[in-house]
Amino acid sequence: MTRFSDSQFQGQDLVCVRSERTVFRHLNFDLKAGGALTLIGPNGSGKSSLLRMMAGLLQPANGTMNWFEDDTTEDTTEDMDVHGARLHYVGHHDAVKPVLTVAENIGFWARLRDGGEDTIRDALDVFDIKHLYDIPGRFLSAGQKRRVNLARIIAAPAPLWLLDEPTTALDKATIKRLEAAIQDHRDAGGMVVLSTHADVNTPGAEILNLADFACKAPLDEHVMV
Amino acid sequence: MGNFIELVSRDLSLAFRQGMDSLMVVAFFVIAVVLFPFGVGPEPGTLAKIAGGTIWVAALLSSMLSLERLFQTDYEDGSLELLALAPVPLEVTVIAKVVAHWLTTGLPLILTAPLLAVLMQLPEDGFIVLITALLLGTPTLSLIGAVGAALILGSRRGGVLLSLLVLPLYIPILIFGVSAVDAAIFDQSVRPHLVFLAALLVGSLALTPWAAAAGLRQALE
Repeated sequence: MTRFSDSQFQGQDLVCVRSERTVFRHLNFDLKAGGALTLIGPNGSGKSSLLRMMAGLLQPANGTMNWFEDDTTEDTTEDMDVHGARLHYVGHHDAVKPVLTVAENIGFWARLRDGGEDTIRDALDVFDIKHLYDIPGRFLSAGQKRRVNLARIIAAPAPLWLLDEPTTALDKATIKRLEAAIQDHRDAGGMVVLSTHADVNTPGAEILNLADFACKAPLDEHVMV
Repeated sequence: MGNFIELVSRDLSLAFRQGMDSLMVVAFFVIAVVLFPFGVGPEPGTLAKIAGGTIWVAALLSSMLSLERLFQTDYEDGSLELLALAPVPLEVTVIAKVVAHWLTTGLPLILTAPLLAVLMQLPEDGFIVLITALLLGTPTLSLIGAVGAALILGSRRGGVLLSLLVLPLYIPILIFGVSAVDAAIFDQSVRPHLVFLAALLVGSLALTPWAAAAGLRQALE
């Protein structure tokens, strides 16, 4: 397993505004190499928004996010291609094309990040889907699609994993495999942020409750920034 | 460059395995042109006069037919987010998708056009110029269409909106495309018209990927 260089990912005073409603504000996070952050909070409290913000898909209304590595600091909202290369994002959709086989689906994403054929097989092994290697995506169940999507992030290493409800549709055995994969990733110096309603065992993970950053008076306070 | 080829070949294999898109575009093109002889009557003189324009308008409409799906499926299944996060500039991804779109729709149109030109009794002198003009014009159609396709993401009834956005922008291509064919038939110089088409192609190649990528980022927010 490749070791990631020592890095740190920080966010300060983040504000998220969705269609003129402040979802959260004054939110800080600090993630070190090998660290994990678990996002909890009721529906609509902004867990997905925060993950998308960390990925660079959503611009914060206010606040900064910085990536520290080898004595350099970089504002992650500036260059999406550079930041995108060091993260894997697993969202609500599994991005599995129905007409491509499992191997082709994973292979495409891996090759965009210079992953090889052998890493694809290893990744399939991690989530126990080797037998699905040449099965087209349209024959997969929801849980199998999710496993393919998770295997994708193993097939090409990137230091930061952003997992939005990764356990959706997964069975207990696969959740165990995911926990082991997360642990391996952290042992190699990677970072993980995940949002979850179910129990995912991530020892030593910091817990961030989004409800603590909710706007207290949502009706009269439309934050102007 | 490797990534660019990777992106193009993915879209091509998706298009070939889903199969129907290219076929439907060509079928629509043929049917739209075939309707004209029924509408205006089969007199050779009349048909020949409108041949260039008819083929161009039909090519415009049929190229637009498949544009709606250019980003739509990737948007719906989450691939677009991952493409935006991939270490490939989104502008390059847009160009790759446009190239794949042109290869699966524009190119088949060009290959069918000579047959339809015979049907419309286009004078022989116009054939080569018609093909050349289509070769220069159809990539521009795909490029401009990509901007529209990016802007309609997430809206209902996107197809209708797309045609309202894109068709007015197609007018310059239509004008120079048809006038090139007419110039060839009436034995005038075709060069200025073709040069204009080439200029439109180069201009939109430089500008539209940025506009489309900005539209995609907006849709992903």
